[in-house]
Amino acid sequence: MSERLEIGYIPLLDAAPVIIAEEIGFAREEGLELAFHREPSWSALRDKLAFGKIDAAHMLSPVPVAMSMGLGGLASAIDALQILSVNGTVVGVSREIAARMHARGLTRDAMAAAAVGRALIDVHRQPLKVGVPFPFSMHAELLYYWLGALGLQAPQQLVVRTVPPPQMPAALEAGEIDAFCVGEPWGSIAVERGLAEIVLPGCAIWRFAPEKVLAVRRSFTDEAPGRLASLMRAVWRAGRWLADPAHHMTTAEILAQPRYLDVSAETLERGLSGRLVVSSAGEIRRIDRFLMFADGAAQFPWRSQAVWMATRLAERLGLDRSEAAEVARRTFRADLYRANLADIGADLPGASEKVEGALESITPVASSTGRLFLGPDSFFDGRIFDPSLTE
Amino acid sequence: MEPASSKLRIVVVEPDQERAHQFVDVLRSAGDFELTVIGEASALARRIAALDPDVVLIDIENPSRDSLEELTMAAGPTERAVAMFVDRSDGALTAAAVEAGISAYVVDGLRPERIKPVLDAAIARFKMVSRMRRELEATKAALAERKTIDRAKGLLMTARGIGEEEAYALLRRAAMDQGKKIAEVAGAIVTAAELLR
Repeated sequence: MSERLEIGYIPLLDAAPVIIAEEIGFAREEGLELAFHREPSWSALRDKLAFGKIDAAHMLSPVPVAMSMGLGGLASAIDALQILSVNGTVVGVSREIAARMHARGLTRDAMAAAAVGRALIDVHRQPLKVGVPFPFSMHAELLYYWLGALGLQAPQQLVVRTVPPPQMPAALEAGEIDAFCVGEPWGSIAVERGLAEIVLPGCAIWRFAPEKVLAVRRSFTDEAPGRLASLMRAVWRAGRWLADPAHHMTTAEILAQPRYLDVSAETLERGLSGRLVVSSAGEIRRIDRFLMFADGAAQFPWRSQAVWMATRLAERLGLDRSEAAEVARRTFRADLYRANLADIGADLPGASEKVEGALESITPVASSTGRLFLGPDSFFDGRIFDPSLTE
Repeated sequence: MEPASSKLRIVVVEPDQERAHQFVDVLRSAGDFELTVIGEASALARRIAALDPDVVLIDIENPSRDSLEELTMAAGPTERAVAMFVDRSDGALTAAAVEAGISAYVVDGLRPERIKPVLDAAIARFKMVSRMRRELEATKAALAERKTIDRAKGLLMTARGIGEEEAYALLRRAAMDQGKKIAEVAGAIVTAAELLR
């Protein structure tokens, strides 16, 4: 007799780990049946998780952090058990702005975040208005980091607005926003409909940005530790399965179904393979590490990632940095990851925090198996973030 | 943080005009409020900010809801419209609101006793609307089932040269034997007949 868990998600490509955990049978092997709830908005997903209408959720990585800081309405303890996906977002602009950027000789280098950012700032009068799906999102953090480092001050010169992705094209047309940052498939859909051009992948700003997490109520982690461990193992194995390029086509076909994303499998494969069609002219860009599910300990919830998000939020909103860092640390459950996934072969890093942005290339690090390699995690401007400096 | 006028300012976000009207009627009967209805999704957060309401009510399933989260971050910590639901403390009322499918954004500093009648009325309204939705869906499903059963009966009557009652009895027996609903057996017959045509 399998145990049923209610799982909430937003119809996005990076919901794949939870959907695949059920569809390919990793959940069944653990004696679980995952029942899915496709939600209309992040706030609805968050509220339903907080009030126990669902057991676990595919969630934006900064949401548990923000909630621990008392931001965004509900004061409720939500934990990130593991990272579901790293990277996978794109920055897009209207075709008109893209044309002006090209007229100034925009580089063909897909990862040239500084050059693309300067071109965007140059062709547009300020303030630059950029749409993101949610105020507490890696999308928003990447934009503030990127355009902030290039000299734009928020909110005088940069306005980040929340626009649900299906409404982005209309918002572009109405002049509500000039650019947007979204996750797949929304970037590809906007290009497909001839409404926008993709000018930069999010991973060009930060090469290892935790995008979605598997989130649960803190009380859920204590209620039934066995059930929690089963869920973590099923989703972890799904992530490993997804990391194999041989599974892209199957994944795209499963997610394309009307009950999940209801988007063509061909469109979904672009994000999975990192081969993006960036303009209506059919121009293709091959992006290395565009969307990662498992490689380089991608699923490990580094506490330093939570601290980075918390201190960025705190600075922007005028809150205490060290206090924010402290509560945020507790939401990324590296402890549960270690306890529940060591036995099934997860490579466990020697530490639960790292200096973010220090790795330019693939680097071996201390781990339980001694065979762990971390991928590049640098920021586009070469700065590093040391989480121990927040105390 | 109390508004200059003593009337509570409430914004209702509801694209369906008829539902919005019904909503306004219910709120009117619950108290003397200053009510504004917004039906359009574009620039939602800024339009609401301009109205400077005490309370915003929106359907939990409304896809534009995320835009309102911005309101929780505006300006300084003391001025922002932070609280969703009643001053974060009344868990039971909040849970009831979520259950009923309503989201309320409440400006910080508003006393719980002032917001309670608003939410109570909203919850009652939303419960009624969702019950009506369920009833409508059930009726639609029942009608669809009836049609399928009628078609299956017709197919059986032609194929086996039997009367209507006998055809229905046949369907019912098959359903009982297989532990299925009559509509399911009928559906299988209709599908099979379409494939064999």
